[in-house]
Amino acid sequence: MVIALRNVRKSYETAEGRLEVLRGVNLDLDQGDSVALTGESGSGKSTLLHLVAGLDRPDSGEIVIGGRDISKLNDRERAAYRRTEVGLVFQQFNLVPSLDVAANIAFHAKLAGRHDPPWENELVARLGIGTLLTRYPEQLSIGQQQRVAVGRTLAARPGLVLADEPTGNLDEANGDAVLELMLSLSKGTGSTLLLVTHSQRLADRLDRQLHLRSGKIE
Amino acid sequence: MKMWTAATALLSHWRRRPLQLGTLLSGLALATALWTGVQAINAEARASYSRAAAVLDQNGLANLVSPNGSPIPQSAFVRLRRAGWNVSPVLEGDYRFGVTRLKVIGIEPLTMPAQTNTVDLGIGGDLLSFITPPGMLVVSPATAEKLRGQTDLALRISDRMLDGAAFIDIGMAQRLLRREGELSRIVIAENQRSGLEPLEKVVPTLSVREPNAETDVEHLTESFHLNLTAFGFLAFAVGLFIVYSTIGLAFEQRRPTFRTLRCLGVSLRALAVLLLAELVFFALSAGAVGVAIGYLVASLLLPGVAATLEGLYGASVPGTLSLRPEWWISGFAIAVAGTLVSSAQSMLRLTRVPLLAAAQPQTWGRSWQAGRRFQVLAAAVLLALSGTLLLWAEGLAAGFAILGCLLLGASLLLPTVLSGFFTVMQRTSSCALVRWFWADARQQLPGLSLALMALLLALAANVGVGTMVSSFRLTFVGWLDQRLAAELYVAARNEGEADRLRTWLATKVDSLLPISSVDAEIRGQPMQIFGVVDDPTYRKHWPLIIGMPDVWDRVASGQGVLVNEQFWRRDQLRIGDQLELAGDWRAAVVGVYSDYGNPKGQVIAGLNALTSRYPQVSRLRYGLRIQPDQVADLRSRLSDEFGLPPGNVVDQAALKEQSRRIFDRTFLVTGALNIFTLGVAALAMFSSLFTLSEMRLPQLAPVWALGVTRRDLALLEVLRTLVLWLATFIAALPLGLALAWVLLAVVNVEAFGWRLPMYIFPYEWIRLGLVALAAAVVSALIPLRRLTGLAPSELLKVFANER
Repeated sequence: MVIALRNVRKSYETAEGRLEVLRGVNLDLDQGDSVALTGESGSGKSTLLHLVAGLDRPDSGEIVIGGRDISKLNDRERAAYRRTEVGLVFQQFNLVPSLDVAANIAFHAKLAGRHDPPWENELVARLGIGTLLTRYPEQLSIGQQQRVAVGRTLAARPGLVLADEPTGNLDEANGDAVLELMLSLSKGTGSTLLLVTHSQRLADRLDRQLHLRSGKIE
Repeated sequence: MKMWTAATALLSHWRRRPLQLGTLLSGLALATALWTGVQAINAEARASYSRAAAVLDQNGLANLVSPNGSPIPQSAFVRLRRAGWNVSPVLEGDYRFGVTRLKVIGIEPLTMPAQTNTVDLGIGGDLLSFITPPGMLVVSPATAEKLRGQTDLALRISDRMLDGAAFIDIGMAQRLLRREGELSRIVIAENQRSGLEPLEKVVPTLSVREPNAETDVEHLTESFHLNLTAFGFLAFAVGLFIVYSTIGLAFEQRRPTFRTLRCLGVSLRALAVLLLAELVFFALSAGAVGVAIGYLVASLLLPGVAATLEGLYGASVPGTLSLRPEWWISGFAIAVAGTLVSSAQSMLRLTRVPLLAAAQPQTWGRSWQAGRRFQVLAAAVLLALSGTLLLWAEGLAAGFAILGCLLLGASLLLPTVLSGFFTVMQRTSSCALVRWFWADARQQLPGLSLALMALLLALAANVGVGTMVSSFRLTFVGWLDQRLAAELYVAARNEGEADRLRTWLATKVDSLLPISSVDAEIRGQPMQIFGVVDDPTYRKHWPLIIGMPDVWDRVASGQGVLVNEQFWRRDQLRIGDQLELAGDWRAAVVGVYSDYGNPKGQVIAGLNALTSRYPQVSRLRYGLRIQPDQVADLRSRLSDEFGLPPGNVVDQAALKEQSRRIFDRTFLVTGALNIFTLGVAALAMFSSLFTLSEMRLPQLAPVWALGVTRRDLALLEVLRTLVLWLATFIAALPLGLALAWVLLAVVNVEAFGWRLPMYIFPYEWIRLGLVALAAAVVSALIPLRRLTGLAPSELLKVFANER
């Protein structure tokens, strides 16, 4: 999926006044790219990811994804965009607490209308979570939860995978394993991957790196 | 100072969550209010009974009574006085002055002990008028108003007299009641000379009734007050659910504060004391509001209750409320006790949880799941106990125990039943969002289970009591149609007028049905014996429950009598049993009839049999059978011919309407308590939903992020609330019907002595369902508004790494 951001600005009201988080971001990603977005804490990485995911709206600028400006979409259209075109992995609270692992993995694919049990079974096998299918999120470790989140995201075969510090709560070995899976599986499905991370080591393993400083991409 | 600083930190929680504080205080205040209101009504009624007993029955003194309830011969009193005993005779009975029925108490003022207050009721200088013909009645102002135009006797109004009763000279009473030479009891003064011959030697057939024994009215109304108390307790328990859940959440939310305080050197003991002080302060504050609301509720309900007590039991209770310490102190006490009980688990957890344990507000309530098996087991035991009591136990207390076990057992079972239902729905759904809907509903259960249990209790109580009242009403109306068969009822003002009336009516009506009765003692119980003529009206209309094939022939011949249901059940009579009615008058029980609204036993005999034993029986009242289109004409002719006041000529429709009005007024209090209980349950539901809405974000945010709009999520939230309400409502229907059955088949039989058939009223369920639906929507409204108004940034905070 081709992504183009033009002069995107975003600010928030805080107790100290208005805080300008993004100050005119420009960005281009091609189909199948895997890009690491790095930066200091508070540099606006997560905000940028949320805007691309259609979770929030920019104050100004264009976010053109697959040829349409998603900042112009209404609430319902943005929900449909998230449902059918984007896969999201966060650092925590990824999973639906009331559903077991099997239902969580199938959940997004079913919402997107792309439920594919053989593909889900393959993902389960590759993620090594076959023994966890009847468990609930609260019964899983953080690493197991992240594997399930990756599985759920890829099960829906999204054109764009967005990950916000997906390995932030994991130790190095588990983090590497999760990232390796994401990379290989997104490559396999032809998805574009935008990954927010603090870790230079992880960033080095992706196709490209972008650094965000003071609300702008360097 | 250190303690105050710590207290400030603890109290700051409530400053930041005023709605949570409001929920806690209002839950506690409402629970206390209904309990206090009911206690206030009970206290007022009991005080009234005591006053009546003290003033009318000289209950502060011992009395000589006949052990089998038969009249005492006046000669017994004469023997006692001759033996030197300081005693005074009393004769009591009901007497109808025109259309006003009064309890007439004949006393002898010269011998009546001074400490009884009786002779000091304003007779004063009129003593001579009181004891000499034509006599005088001492009555309350309200009774005097009722008696206007109904009697020729002089009236002396006393503010200290109770409504519905009259003091009269004993000689006059004997004449009025046609019981010459008879006494009901003999009052024994406290001051007696020494060396007197023992009572058992002077009057060996009489026994001494000790002072302050339970009065008949107290005994009769016991079931009514127990009913009210049960309702008050139910409402209190429902209110406590709110308190329990709010305190539980507040403790969990404040755990970081507890931890910080402990780390800063506040001991566990000091923390516990501070929290206890906080709880007691809240309990007393809410208790004060609750007591005030309770006073208001009681003031509003008391006139209806007074009417009920008078209608059902003939008990006189004033319609105004006094501020009695026993109920407002009990209001505060129960508010504090309820708060402490509701917070016991949270306090216990505080002492057991390790110092550095993290707060888990999101998993608050899930500890319930751990005890779910125990809950199901407890429910099974309670339901089994209810069934066992139903089969083996007897008495009113057993009836209420059955109800208690049934309601508690069913409510404990509810979360498990709902959980099972949601699991089945989840498994059978194919759509992802629908599956999530059911799974999420199941996950909400721990947090909502107490509110749902409260709702179940309130709805079941509404269905159960509603079914009981409506069944009663339907039966009662049908019974009235049977019982009030005469088209017109007329009451003469004296026997002379009655004679003229009989002669005049003989050619103008199809049937003339005398309504004659005497008060008698049968099997040691005060009872009425009615005499009836042999007329097709009775054969066709009288509401018999069971009877011999030729029952009316046997009644007409004087060989048999009919008994009312309450007498039949209370004395476990059987058809064919012989009753001793008076002196040598013995008759067989040949049938049983229903007689709703009458606390006393009643016997119906042939009129000739009655008048031959009681020649002095009053024959003032008559039922007239005429063509319905002649009623108005005859009524006006009666008025023209005899000058009878409107109250003395009543047509069937008016009498039925009056009876229905009394019936409806009787159950007004039940209806009001039902609505209050439902209101408290709605508040419990609102409080739980509101509480949960604070913790919903981590559950909703992932679904929103995956492409479900906030609007759809909000709609699903409303739908979930409605599903929970609907499921609880459906569960409440069989429980309510079971409750109604126990009320009709067990409690009513024990309390009143009659058993009613049970009818089903689906229309009332629909109405209750709509009320519940409206309450559900209201309870979901604020949490829903909060969700729809959420900015995406609020939802995103759930996922933020740097929060």
